[in-house]
Amino acid sequence: MQEFVEFTLGGISDGVIYAAIGLSLVLIWRGTRVLNYAQGGMAMFTSYIALVIIDAGGSYWLGFVVALATGLVLGAVLERAVVRPTIGKPPLNAVIVTIGLLILIEGVAGIIFGSRNRSFPTPFSIVGAKIGTFDLGPGASPSAFFAAGAVLAAAVLLALLFRYTSVGLRMRASAFSGTVAQLMGVRVGRITTLGWALAGLIGALAGMLVTPQTFLYPNSMDSIFVLGFTAAVIGGLDSPVGAIVGGLILGVLLNYVTGYVGSNLPELAGLALLILVLMFRPSGLFASTATRQV
Amino acid sequence: MTQARNIGIAVVAAVLLLVLSSKLDSYRQYQLAQVAAMVIAVAGLTVLIGVSGQISIGHGAFMFVGGYTTAMLLMHLNWNLALVIVASAVVAGVAGAIMGIAAARLRGPYLAGATLMLAVALPAVAYQWQSVFGGDQGLNFVVNAPGFLGQNFQLTEWQAWVCCICAVIVMLLLANVLHSRVGRNWRALRDNDTAASLAGLNVGVLRVRAFIVSAACAGVAGALLGMTMLNVTPGAFTLALSIQLLTAVVLGGLGSLAGAVWGGIILVLVPPFLTDFAASHGLSSASASVPVVGYGLVLIVVMLAFPTGIQGAIRRLLGPVEPAAAAQVSAMARRWPLLRKPAAKPATTDGTDDISSIGVDEGRN
Repeated sequence: MQEFVEFTLGGISDGVIYAAIGLSLVLIWRGTRVLNYAQGGMAMFTSYIALVIIDAGGSYWLGFVVALATGLVLGAVLERAVVRPTIGKPPLNAVIVTIGLLILIEGVAGIIFGSRNRSFPTPFSIVGAKIGTFDLGPGASPSAFFAAGAVLAAAVLLALLFRYTSVGLRMRASAFSGTVAQLMGVRVGRITTLGWALAGLIGALAGMLVTPQTFLYPNSMDSIFVLGFTAAVIGGLDSPVGAIVGGLILGVLLNYVTGYVGSNLPELAGLALLILVLMFRPSGLFASTATRQV
Repeated sequence: MTQARNIGIAVVAAVLLLVLSSKLDSYRQYQLAQVAAMVIAVAGLTVLIGVSGQISIGHGAFMFVGGYTTAMLLMHLNWNLALVIVASAVVAGVAGAIMGIAAARLRGPYLAGATLMLAVALPAVAYQWQSVFGGDQGLNFVVNAPGFLGQNFQLTEWQAWVCCICAVIVMLLLANVLHSRVGRNWRALRDNDTAASLAGLNVGVLRVRAFIVSAACAGVAGALLGMTMLNVTPGAFTLALSIQLLTAVVLGGLGSLAGAVWGGIILVLVPPFLTDFAASHGLSSASASVPVVGYGLVLIVVMLAFPTGIQGAIRRLLGPVEPAAAAQVSAMARRWPLLRKPAAKPATTDGTDDISSIGVDEGRN
């Protein structure tokens, strides 16, 4: 019983990270029909920026805010500079460009920051809470609560933005149909850039939250990105809710498999889950429509 | 006609490669063998992505299957090398069939996600069943050059021979497949799968078939890669390998077998070149990262400036005729005779009697 609770809580605290990465991918996918393979690399880079500030004597929170701001700017700049020219070309072009970006960012990080593992601070304790003698494990630590709360807050803020603001309405219109939105006077180009910027911010948040567990090195976000991508695909790339649900399902499942079956098997379990979901729902659990343009 | 030409090209290529490999030192022979192995994998992937229109970011997984099949057959059963390579292709093809069946309904990013996860997940098998697959250390095995070549015959040259001959055979087979009905059907599927299925093609079967062919190629490549290194480890078949294959396909020129040759050469020769460049310019401390940066830049620049890759650029330089487009038109004409007249027009030489002869030949029923 104690194990079960521990694995579940641990799974949820891993799952919110996958959900955050998934959410950032969904934001970009809805706006531009591009999958940003560089999302993990960008999050790694912003975490390095935060570490530089913290090492230079700045507080954790200063590093946190600067990392998020860097993510925002990085997303916007990359969209304008290299992703925009691939829009309207075959989808593979954007895939290759974002993979190229990932490789470039990881290489640049290796040159600037070196490739050794760096430990990363947390603002809160990672010791799990106890109820009497009942140990809830690290999934119930203040640090994990902070991570879950931060991702939840980001998701709620995004939902509010989409639903209740004029910018959000324009973003939804652009995602629904770029041409129609443009005819109605929406500056679709700017909205697209804004979508990338917000995705960069959410990615940076995920990087800050997960890096204390993984250490920081140029490839540190690769496996997190793969799982976040898987979460988004499971949920359906069109659906922010799907990304969060997908992330939580994936996190909990992987923790059960690691805990009960074997520590080498979570990736295989993730593959099995993905294939199983896609066999019954080829566009993910929360896909909005089943129609396809031909 | 095409087949005779392809066989001619293949024979000439094989002879040239064998002569070339005897002139090289053993490190260059090793690199030649690696290029040949990579060309096979890239060619298989370019058929899947460029011809059948399905993406895979996980082809390293099929190389993993081929490599481990080779290692286990050589270690435990001591089969003949040619049989081992064929068996690796078959086992990888079966893995491809399973993945293809699971993925037949998926498209675009969903297929990308599933294959990406495959590339990450499969090497974990080697860690989980350590007694069989050797865990992190992998499996080591021995390959000897056959006795009739003499005592002093270098192993690296023998490896280069095997890899080059396999590459030539695979390319020949792929070229023939692409010119056959199957290749035409794949192109129809890629260009518009709804239209293809309305025209009576079984889209699902064709998709799975493309996965099988492509995975079998990757299996051969994995077998050859293992054979040149004399060991297989999970670390040799990471996600990075899968992504490199994808980038090589695009850099070489999507859907083009000649482009696959460029892609294979780039994969093997460019990273050491960039490392040497970095070292010679006093960047040694960061030299491990310089090729990475260079590679990323090349990918972005090539994709933005030359989206058709190296082979596309060569084609543009060599003349206005686009062989791929012309082949597509003639393939369409063969499949749908009603289209023959407009399709035949550009092919005819310019002359006044051509127009009348078309009218006479075809008639109007």
